[in-house]
Amino acid sequence: MAIKLDTTTIGTREERLGSVVGYVGTIKDLAERSRCGDLKNRGRCFSQSSSCDAGCVLGYLSHIRDIAIINHAPSGCTAAASPTLTMQTQLAAKRNLPYDTVILGTDMKEPDTIFGAAAGLRETIFETYRRYAPAAIFVATSCVSGIIGEDVDAIVAEAREELSIPVVPIHCEGFRSQVWATGFDAVDHAILSGVVKPPREKRNFVVFKNFNESARDDIVEMFAAIGVDTMMVYSNTTLEELSHVSEALATVSICGTLASYLGNGLEQTYGVPYIKTINPLGIAGFEVWFREVGRVIGREAEVEAYIERERAVYIPKIEAIKEKLKGLRVVLGMGSSFAFQVARVVQELGMTVAYVASWHYDSRYDDGNPPPHVQHLAEHTPEDFRVSVADQQNFELLNILNTYKPDLYLARHGGTSVWAIKQGVPAIFMADEFLTFGYKRTLSFAQLILDRITNRSFEKNLSARIKLPYTDWWYKQENTLLYKAE
Amino acid sequence: MARTLDQVRYKCALGALQTVQAIERVLPILHAGPGCADKLTAGNGTSGHFAPRIFPCTNIAETEIVFGGEQRLREVVENALRVIDADLYVVLTGCSSEIIGDDAGEVVRGFRTAGQPVIHASTAGFKGSNYQGYEWVLEALFTQYLSRPAAGGTEKGLVNVFASLPFHDPFWEGNLTALEGLLADIGLTANIIFGYGRGLKHVDRIPRAQCNLVVNPWLGLSSAQLLEERFGTPYLHYPNLPVGACETSKFLRAVGAFTGIPSDVVERVVAEKESRYYHYIERYADIFLENRIMSKRFTVAADTQYALALTRFLVNDMGLFPQRQYAMEDVPEKYRADIEGYFRDMNYDIEAEVSFETDGYLVQNEIRGADYHGYPLIIGSAWEKKVARDTNAHFLSIAWPLNERLVINSSYVGYEGGLKFLEDVYSVVLTRFT
Repeated sequence: MAIKLDTTTIGTREERLGSVVGYVGTIKDLAERSRCGDLKNRGRCFSQSSSCDAGCVLGYLSHIRDIAIINHAPSGCTAAASPTLTMQTQLAAKRNLPYDTVILGTDMKEPDTIFGAAAGLRETIFETYRRYAPAAIFVATSCVSGIIGEDVDAIVAEAREELSIPVVPIHCEGFRSQVWATGFDAVDHAILSGVVKPPREKRNFVVFKNFNESARDDIVEMFAAIGVDTMMVYSNTTLEELSHVSEALATVSICGTLASYLGNGLEQTYGVPYIKTINPLGIAGFEVWFREVGRVIGREAEVEAYIERERAVYIPKIEAIKEKLKGLRVVLGMGSSFAFQVARVVQELGMTVAYVASWHYDSRYDDGNPPPHVQHLAEHTPEDFRVSVADQQNFELLNILNTYKPDLYLARHGGTSVWAIKQGVPAIFMADEFLTFGYKRTLSFAQLILDRITNRSFEKNLSARIKLPYTDWWYKQENTLLYKAE
Repeated sequence: MARTLDQVRYKCALGALQTVQAIERVLPILHAGPGCADKLTAGNGTSGHFAPRIFPCTNIAETEIVFGGEQRLREVVENALRVIDADLYVVLTGCSSEIIGDDAGEVVRGFRTAGQPVIHASTAGFKGSNYQGYEWVLEALFTQYLSRPAAGGTEKGLVNVFASLPFHDPFWEGNLTALEGLLADIGLTANIIFGYGRGLKHVDRIPRAQCNLVVNPWLGLSSAQLLEERFGTPYLHYPNLPVGACETSKFLRAVGAFTGIPSDVVERVVAEKESRYYHYIERYADIFLENRIMSKRFTVAADTQYALALTRFLVNDMGLFPQRQYAMEDVPEKYRADIEGYFRDMNYDIEAEVSFETDGYLVQNEIRGADYHGYPLIIGSAWEKKVARDTNAHFLSIAWPLNERLVINSSYVGYEGGLKFLEDVYSVVLTRFT
């Protein structure tokens, strides 16, 4: 689907990518229905608190280190501002960089819901500029500003006239999309439409889309080995740096869900090739991905040399540890990309995938094609396995773990791995997106699993002494009992 | 009216979900957006028995915004009753459901009429802060859950205690436990509804208490007034959360006098506790007095509870001098004059000026511009870290948002709490020398 940069709003993932938050089936069925484009969402008649796209926007945008973000919302919507900024400050400190981004709110109150709050927002934009002189101001909307029909675009356009910096609206009303990852797209859209400039020259670097750049040193070294520089976005970038992403050789990413909009947007708008293979998790993922990078930027020989060197060091070690992991049954609960890519790594390491719960699922990406990792997994899996799209629904997940009784639960996103442990299932919290990146980390991941299932003290101690919040009745039901029909 | 909210210190009224969460086996059900609980609980321990990921939520989407969400709420409550094992279910409404005009109260009444344990509090984010939301949840409990009159008559010596805002104050549970201990020392039984081992049976006992005790500059006052109105229970408003010997002894005497505990009983306890407290103070007085870098003057930038409690401790126990203090939780106008008075009632007629400014940027500019006549001591939240670095201050974070410090169940309340506070302050001070 073509990305349009001359509007301030983008369609939700449901509209653009046929995304769903409720599905029950198997990996082969999911792959087929993605190809046919007939996947339908299934609602629920019971649900638990999830996440919203506005939260995603505030968290992801604040990776940039010299901007101001204003959330036009009641106070609670900005409650996570401080923990978010602290985390970003710590990430910058790791690299001895200053971090000056601020997150403000407009503290919308009851009269604002009746009379609107244009004056308050306008004043906050100017006051923010006076206080912090940021490189840009991003104004993020909220449920309240959306429902009352506040004309944020007009207020922002007016401010942009008066201030000498980019002032950019981001539409992320929490009710619009049930897929919080729509927030990633909203951020990318704001960057593409409000910050990125047409290429002034072509330069020798790749844009690497990620979250917290924990593997930065290795990645910079790896690309240096094939003769190119790396720009990791958006963590620790400045607005000026981001304005140049159109000059890159290619866009690459650790996660298809995260990078679809920026990658395809840069490709469609500025001809920057976007690497659309499976992502570099595990061995197959890394090699398929890196070879495609080499092909696209014309560094095939260097890539092959790098792969050969790394294989010689790590493959024997990975083969040795695989023996000890053989036959372990694993349940995964993760986002639309990681769920299926880490499942691939799990199989690669000789373990069995018992069940995958994907938080949401995109039937296709912004290039119109179904996610390659699901097709790859459906094609290569030794046997079909159950898949559901579970929207972080804790009650479904604990039911699944109770039914499948796996040896290990792997999760991304805070708030699920701990519940597996409370139910006595060893779990690994994989928030670090680079945990299975490349050979070295795939080996460390295998070792982490081995350590984790060997010392089960914590879950044994805790689970024996607590009661879980669900009724006995619920554990006797199918985990999909409360889904509605398509 | 909308205004610049820089460095938010309070959450919205839906933050009251943390008040519900603090009552064991009582479950909030949110008629709100999918991300509300996620944001409101960021940075807290979120894996307790009932936690944000467990809270049923209608996750309001565009369909509900357009067509109304009452049916959606009904099905979520209905299934919550089947899936999650709780003693009481509290429906909390957020911004979206209230703006579109859903009648959650009517939906909830339907369940109650059918004999189901469900109540409702209106907590739209735009209606107030999580401090107000706390009182609205208590009001819902007292009016919808508690029947009147009290069954079994008044229990002498039973005191309902309300103090810190659950979860929002990182020390809330430790504070309540410490207050319970202090009351027990003079022969009273604290009835507390929040925290470990408490729950609805403690709510049930509320009407039978001899009195209510509100230990907070203002939070909980309207709830105590409501209890007086409904059950005729008198209340003692003790504005200062007692930290250290001087304030704790005053607290015990005031509570003893109000509840009719003979003064010799109270004095025996005070004498024994002070003796023990000063045993330690004497041993470490050298560090307090001879440390070359410790501040002479201090500022607390927190909620009123800690601004007042720590100011009084540092002045009345430790002999320090207060700079301007900051009570930053958007204190309702009607309480402000009284609160100013609490800051004027200290040893040697020392008075502290208190500001109710909520804007951290302005507060920090004032701190930067003030002369502390030496290294400042700044006690606040994560927001104060930068200004502390800029002013070369000793810095201790004690209030929400508290990001770089873990508090599990500790407290600064009482004699022991005063010592704990000194441990924490001097653990910062001792990292530098001049």
